[in-house]
Amino acid sequence: MDSTILTTIAILTIIGIVVAVVLYFVAQKFKVEEDERIDKVEACLPGANCGGCGSAGCRDFAQRVVAAPEFGSLFCPVGGNEVMQKVAQVLGREAVAQKKMVAVVRCNGTCENRPKINDYDGYASCKVKAALYSGDTGCRYGCLGCGDCVAACKFDAIRMNPETGLPEVDVTKCTGCGSCAAACPRGIIELRTTGPKDRMVVVLCNSKDKGAVARKACKAACIGCAKCQKVCPFEAIKVENNLAYIDFNVCKLCTKCVSECPTGAIHKFNFPEKPAAPAAAPAAPVEKAAPAAVKAEVKAKEETV
Amino acid sequence: MITFKIGGVHPHDNKIAKTAAIDPLAPPAKVAISMAQHLGAPATPVVAKGDKVLVGQVIGEPAGFISGFVHSSVSGTVAAVEPRADIAGNMVPHVVIDVEGDEWDPAIDRSETIVRDITASREDILARIKAAGIVGMGGATFPTHVKLNPPEGKKAEFLIINGAECEPYVTADDRLMREKPDGIVIGAAIMAKVLGGCKCYICIEENKPEAIKAVQGACSPFPDIKVLTLKKKYPQGGEKQLIDAVTGRQVPSGALPIDTGCVVQNVATAFAVYEAIQKNKPLFERAMTVTGQCLDNPRNFMVRLGTPLSYVLEAAGGAPESAAKFISGGPMMGKAIANIDATTQKGSSCLLLLTEEQTRRKSEGNCIRCGKCTDACPMGLEPWLLNKLSRAGGRMDELEENKIFDCIECGCCLYTCPANIPLLDVIRVNKAEVMKIIRGRAKK
Repeated sequence: MDSTILTTIAILTIIGIVVAVVLYFVAQKFKVEEDERIDKVEACLPGANCGGCGSAGCRDFAQRVVAAPEFGSLFCPVGGNEVMQKVAQVLGREAVAQKKMVAVVRCNGTCENRPKINDYDGYASCKVKAALYSGDTGCRYGCLGCGDCVAACKFDAIRMNPETGLPEVDVTKCTGCGSCAAACPRGIIELRTTGPKDRMVVVLCNSKDKGAVARKACKAACIGCAKCQKVCPFEAIKVENNLAYIDFNVCKLCTKCVSECPTGAIHKFNFPEKPAAPAAAPAAPVEKAAPAAVKAEVKAKEETV
Repeated sequence: MITFKIGGVHPHDNKIAKTAAIDPLAPPAKVAISMAQHLGAPATPVVAKGDKVLVGQVIGEPAGFISGFVHSSVSGTVAAVEPRADIAGNMVPHVVIDVEGDEWDPAIDRSETIVRDITASREDILARIKAAGIVGMGGATFPTHVKLNPPEGKKAEFLIINGAECEPYVTADDRLMREKPDGIVIGAAIMAKVLGGCKCYICIEENKPEAIKAVQGACSPFPDIKVLTLKKKYPQGGEKQLIDAVTGRQVPSGALPIDTGCVVQNVATAFAVYEAIQKNKPLFERAMTVTGQCLDNPRNFMVRLGTPLSYVLEAAGGAPESAAKFISGGPMMGKAIANIDATTQKGSSCLLLLTEEQTRRKSEGNCIRCGKCTDACPMGLEPWLLNKLSRAGGRMDELEENKIFDCIECGCCLYTCPANIPLLDVIRVNKAEVMKIIRGRAKK
């Protein structure tokens, strides 16, 4: 009995040693030479494999970065400048800073602004819906509301607002990878840079219909009246195909167009709320009971400014 | 009795409008005639606002090889040439005409006499079919003159006239066969002459005994034309299914019917060919069914193309309260109408009204690989697999390997699925994408 166990152990040990030696030489013989910097670069990357950089994943991106003599257009939009700085350190190169990109949903066709004219009861996918017909509202360019963009987002940065029926982007979570923009069959989602403190001025409409048609379908539609184009001091706005577009590289965030737009299609994001407009003052007397609180609020605002 | 071999389903035929004779429907006050009533490039309008037109006058000319002529269906003044929404709400160029009287082009023979002698030559017939704007009236609206002119080296052995009308509810072809059998048979003889004297079969499903009898009677002067009775099964009217049923030949994947020596034409197309050649009447009106259980009087009409669907519906007694969904075409392959003010086209065979109860979608369950969809698919595909691959982020290469482009969108898989999975909805979209990739590759 004892000898059986000992023999077994001895045989297995010998097999183990022989195989180990063979494997060692095989590994030496067929060793794949790989730049060790690839592993290091990959370790710096977020590892989401989102494809936002245009590569097939983070490993592919690392390989391309190491192989390329310069960064050029290679940039990880998810990691941003911080990650690219780290990658640059690993490779001993100069990082090329790029502005952060975020996604904006260029449609404000809420249930209130854009009434439904028929019911869609088919498969809940924007892609399927867009292939079948012009949609359940009068607008042929607006959001279809089935949430293909939400399903495409790997960072939980875009969510459907059940009240408006429109997707909303969380700018703090959005990495600008562009998955949602690719998933939208109507091309409503645009990737763009933001101003300081994530401020943006955007035309929230995608309708290329003529003014009257667009307005009939949606109260908040751009009617292509070009008032914004005239009021813009920086020539950042162009009206093409009955639709205004603000060039975010030129826009200086003066917000003149926002108040000029007759349908309220131009929106500003992440601007501080204005203190109560003077026009509202006559209605104030009711609140006179608590003047101290109002004063304190004003003071607090002054301090923050 | 014959039928196709692979797949198929047996929905209740619900031909409730079959007793209603085809009534000519008076033209409405205003028509909007679409320039995209055929497969291929939309026609180019050749009239302008203010022009006077007669019934049968050309108002649109073909804008490519696969395209067609469009004729005015009414007499009056052109009110506008503008883009308008079709049934799906997509903008398509239309010619809008204010109707004044009913003055026909004097060249059209409006008498009831049946002209049996086919005097025109082959080339002449083809040119006149093209000039009459005739397209496949079963629904696919492929230009007929292209189909009747096979490419060099290919010979048609069989001309199959499709009177299967396998879609439930639709009775327009049934009524046409009962009321105008002579026209259909002569139209078939004309097409057989164009194809160089091939065998001609008129195929009718067993649930239309009156039509079979009427067409058989009309066939007696034409020994080369035979009537075949088909077993009732959907989608019998599919081109490839019909070829299988009649000849036993299978159209290979990616091939055309002519590759198996067959040309398939609808009975309504045959009748349009008869009218164009023997009566000099272009295609500007067609038989159309207005039906549904919620209607008191389901009807069959001869409607002028460009008539608003709302007007046709009004003529059938208007939409009842209970009608929840309006469908253009049959319940299996028809399209839900998003815009009831859209107008009738060369392919509009039916306006179907369904109630909330009939159209409610049941909630989707999980696929248990029962294989019912695979059994039902008349093209021998595996719908469950195509659905799975489509949803897994669109694996286009694998979809192509599994022949998604062979799908005829008949809806048998969706009809038979016990888990109510919207198989066809998903497959249709990805089929379009795979086709786009294949076409892109062919261009390179």
